[in-house]
Amino acid sequence: MQATSTLDHPEAPPAVKSRSFKRAFADVREAWDHRELWGHLGWQDIKQRYRRSVIGPLWITISMGTTALALGLLYSVLFKTDVATFLPYVTVGFIVWNFIVGCVTEGTDVFIANEGLIKHLPAPITVHVMRMVWRQVLFLLHNLVVYAVVLAIFFGSLSGEYRIGENSPLQPGLSWTIVLAIPGFVLLAVNAVWVSLLFGVISTRFRDIPPVVNSFINLVFFMTPIVWDAGVLNRVTGGGDGDWRMLIAELNPVYHFVEIVRAPLLGHVVDWHHWAIVGGFTVFGWFAALVILRNYRARVSYWV
Amino acid sequence: MVSIDVWNASVDFPIFDAKSRSLKKLALGKVGGKIGSEGRVPIIEALHDITLSLKDGDRVGLVGHNGAGKSTLLRLLAGIYEPTRGHSRIVGKVAPVFDLGVGMDPEISGYENIMIRGLFLGMTRKQMEKRVDDIAEFTELGDYLQMPLRTYSTGMRVRLALGVVTSINPEILLLDEGIGAVDAAFMAKARDRLKDLVARSGLLVFANHSDEFLAEFCDTAIWMDEGHVKMHGGLREVLTSYKGFDPFERMHEHNPTPVLSGNGGD
Repeated sequence: MQATSTLDHPEAPPAVKSRSFKRAFADVREAWDHRELWGHLGWQDIKQRYRRSVIGPLWITISMGTTALALGLLYSVLFKTDVATFLPYVTVGFIVWNFIVGCVTEGTDVFIANEGLIKHLPAPITVHVMRMVWRQVLFLLHNLVVYAVVLAIFFGSLSGEYRIGENSPLQPGLSWTIVLAIPGFVLLAVNAVWVSLLFGVISTRFRDIPPVVNSFINLVFFMTPIVWDAGVLNRVTGGGDGDWRMLIAELNPVYHFVEIVRAPLLGHVVDWHHWAIVGGFTVFGWFAALVILRNYRARVSYWV
Repeated sequence: MVSIDVWNASVDFPIFDAKSRSLKKLALGKVGGKIGSEGRVPIIEALHDITLSLKDGDRVGLVGHNGAGKSTLLRLLAGIYEPTRGHSRIVGKVAPVFDLGVGMDPEISGYENIMIRGLFLGMTRKQMEKRVDDIAEFTELGDYLQMPLRTYSTGMRVRLALGVVTSINPEILLLDEGIGAVDAAFMAKARDRLKDLVARSGLLVFANHSDEFLAEFCDTAIWMDEGHVKMHGGLREVLTSYKGFDPFERMHEHNPTPVLSGNGGD
C-alpha cells in the first residue's frame, strides 16, 4: 500500500523540531526579512480604508484633532487648569493612547482577521503582527500633525517652565529632551509586537479574550492619567509620596508606556523610573511571547 | 536541492464548538474532573500517517474523492500546516495556488494583488515591478488590472494567480483543483508556461480530476483516500486502480499522438 518512493526515503527525522525556540526566533527573524511585505500591506490598509472618501487619510488627523480639542477644553475647565498647557497634554496623551489601544485591540484579533492569508500562503505568523503594528505607526504619524499644530499654537506656554495644575510638579519646558520621544516610541512599538503576538495567539484559541480586552480597555483609559494629570493625585494625597492613592497611576503599566513618549514631547521632567519599568516589561513580555510562539506557533493555522 | 520529506505525519484538526472554545470550560473542567468525553475537543483526522519523499523533477498528480485530504496534503506540503504528529521538512521556495477566493483582496486592484502575492511568495517590490508587464501580457487582463478584484470573474482570478506563480520561478509549485476555471485558449497558453516552469523548477504537485491535465503535467501520482496515501506510483497505474479502468486507452483514441511522455514509476 505504501509509497514506492519510500524505499529511498531518508531514515532519520529532521533535526529541527517544530516546537523549539529556534523556530520561534526564526519566525520573528523571517518576518523582519519580509519587511517589504508588511510595509506594503500596512500602507495598503490605510489607503484601503479611505479609498472612496474625498479627503482620505486626512480623516484620521481630523478626528484626532476634534477629539483632542474637545477633551482638552472640557477637562481644562473641569480641573480649572490653563488650556494653553492642558490641551497639549491631553492631545499628546490621547495620541499615544490611541496607538496603544489600537495595538492591543487589533492585536487580539490579528490572526483571526487574517485567517484567509494564514491558510493560503505560507508565511511567518509574525508578519501579520508586524503589518498591524506598522499600520498603527502610520496612524500615529497622521496624528502627529495634530501635535505639530498644537505645538505651534501653544509653543509660548510650553517653552518655559510651567505647571499643568497648581499641585503638579514644575516642568522644565521644551528642550533637547524632545528627541527622547523617538527611543521612547521605538520601545513602545517593540512592546506592541509582543503584546500582539501573545494576545493574538491566545485569542485565536480562546475567543472570549477579544471581547474581554475590548470592554476592559475603556476602564484602563479612565484609570490612566491622560485626560487627568498625575498631579491631581498630589492634591488628593496632599503630596505624600507614600500614599496608597499614588499607586493608582504607578501600578498601571500603561501609564509608564504613555509617559516615556509623552514627557519628552511636552517638555516634562523625564523620569527614569518609567524607562526602567518599561524596560522590564519589554524583557519579560518578549520572553512570554517567545514561549507562546515556541509552543503554539504551528497551531495558529489549525485554530483560525 | 529542492525536496519535500514527510515522516509519519498526521494532521488533526481540533473542532472547537462555541462552548469548548471558551476559557470557562477549561477552567471548570480542570477543577471538576472529566465527565466522559465532556470537555475533550473533538478531532478530525484529516491526514493520517503520511510518509512521502518528493524531490527535484518530481511531477506528482493528486487524485482522490472529495474530502479525501488532497487540499490538506497540499497545505502540509506548503508548510502551512505543520504535522500534529510526525515530521516534515520542506526545502525550496514554495508557490501555492489554492482556493482562489481567499488570499486575494477583492477591494484592491488586480495590479496591487499581483504585488502582494508576489511579496508573500518571497519576491521584492522591485522584482515584482519588473514582472508586472509580463504578467499583464500573459493574463491578457490589460486595463482590467486597474480595476478592483471584485469585478473579476473566477476565470480572470485564476489567470491572475497563475500569472503570478508562473512568473516568479518557484522551486515547488503546488496547484489545487480550482485552476480548471479558465477557458481552453488560456489553458493552452498556461500549459506551455507551466511545462516550462516544471522543467526548470523541479517540483510540481497538482490536484486535479481531469485525466488530460494529469497526463500532461505529471508522471507519478498519489491516490488519497480517507486521509491515507492509498497508492503512490506511476501515473497510469495509479489512475487505473483509482478509476477501475485505464484512462489513457480512451485518450489515445481521441488523440493519436502519445500524450504520456514517460511513466515515471519505472
